[in-house]
Amino acid sequence: MARFDSLADTVGDTPLVGLPRLSPGPRVRLWAKLEDRNPTGSVKDRAARYIIDEAVKDGRLTDGATILEPTSGNTGIALAMAARQRGYHLVCVMPENTSEERRQLLAAFGAEVVDSPAAGGSNAAVAKARRMAAEHPDWVMLDQYSNPANARAHYETTGPEIWRDLPTVTHFVAGLGTTGTLMGTGRYLRERNPAIEIVAAEPRYGELVYGLRNIDEGFVPELYDESVLTRRFSVGSTDALTRTRELLHAEGLFAGLSSGAVTHAALAIAAEAVRRDREADIVILVADAGWKYLSTGAYTGDAEATAETLDGQLWA
Amino acid sequence: MSVQVRIPTILRQHTGGQKTVEGTGTTLDELFQDLDGRHNGLRARVVTDEGALHRFVNVYVNDEDVRFTGGLKTPVGDGDSVTILPAVAGG
Repeated sequence: MARFDSLADTVGDTPLVGLPRLSPGPRVRLWAKLEDRNPTGSVKDRAARYIIDEAVKDGRLTDGATILEPTSGNTGIALAMAARQRGYHLVCVMPENTSEERRQLLAAFGAEVVDSPAAGGSNAAVAKARRMAAEHPDWVMLDQYSNPANARAHYETTGPEIWRDLPTVTHFVAGLGTTGTLMGTGRYLRERNPAIEIVAAEPRYGELVYGLRNIDEGFVPELYDESVLTRRFSVGSTDALTRTRELLHAEGLFAGLSSGAVTHAALAIAAEAVRRDREADIVILVADAGWKYLSTGAYTGDAEATAETLDGQLWA
Repeated sequence: MSVQVRIPTILRQHTGGQKTVEGTGTTLDELFQDLDGRHNGLRARVVTDEGALHRFVNVYVNDEDVRFTGGLKTPVGDGDSVTILPAVAGG
């Protein structure tokens, strides 16, 4: 059935597609879960829907309310669509070193963007949004980093979809940001089969993004539970870019840069499985497509120069 | 036997501004003890008095988070690359 009552009802139930050319062999297979097929083009539509529904249900979010959210882009865009449909005002606090397309999309949906400094990356955006929330007690900060509805969206939708479509799944690999995708999907899959490995690919940026004054100003999302993960990889801009292009060239899959980072981790796991002569079905979560990164030169620019530019930007 | 260690900006006060330093050891714990001899105070910024990693510090051996590979007991060897980073948000 492909008929829906409204655009909001099209969230989730995304395709899981094989990647036969990137897979190392018939016994070690890679699969991509295409989250760009959500209404605003990213996995964040799932979390946004759950977070808003929950806030409406518990009475925090009332008609005409102003929503405040720190975001590097995708969550903001997903919330912006929902805000448009339901008549909320949205203020996004976004690091200034994010792609032009993300800003334009937010503006297109009618969201207000408040810049946070490039130095410190999303940490600075979270800190600024939490200060603004204290100054505007009537605004509603849904806080994707601490909101259990974020992880629950994946526990109730992403996880069951993967289990339904690929019961032989052995590994789930996704990007680590708010940690909601990995926590929710990971918990669900583990409950079905405790042997499934849950693997995080965390973006590693250039020095600017880590330019904190003090290590105690670091940030670990409240949702993060280390025990859900099996392994966690740090993937730099060059590796993420190389794999993003590999997805495009080998499979014709036009994915965003965080998916390149996830693919990098997945290929390391695939190579290990081959070495140990183990069968594996590795699911890669493709969080978004490449549209929002065209201006970075990620798909056509000189690889070395582009990787250098990306190093100072928040690409995941 | 030498391991290359990448130092984040905020910890370079302990390494005279050097971005990478080298050390020896067969585990991360030994490596940080070796480094502390030449880079006074570095170890205490990464490892707590109780011998665990500080909450807001992540350490990677060859790009893999050591909290999932044995923590400070994670083996290291010649040619390995260790990266220390402050924890940051995504999303």
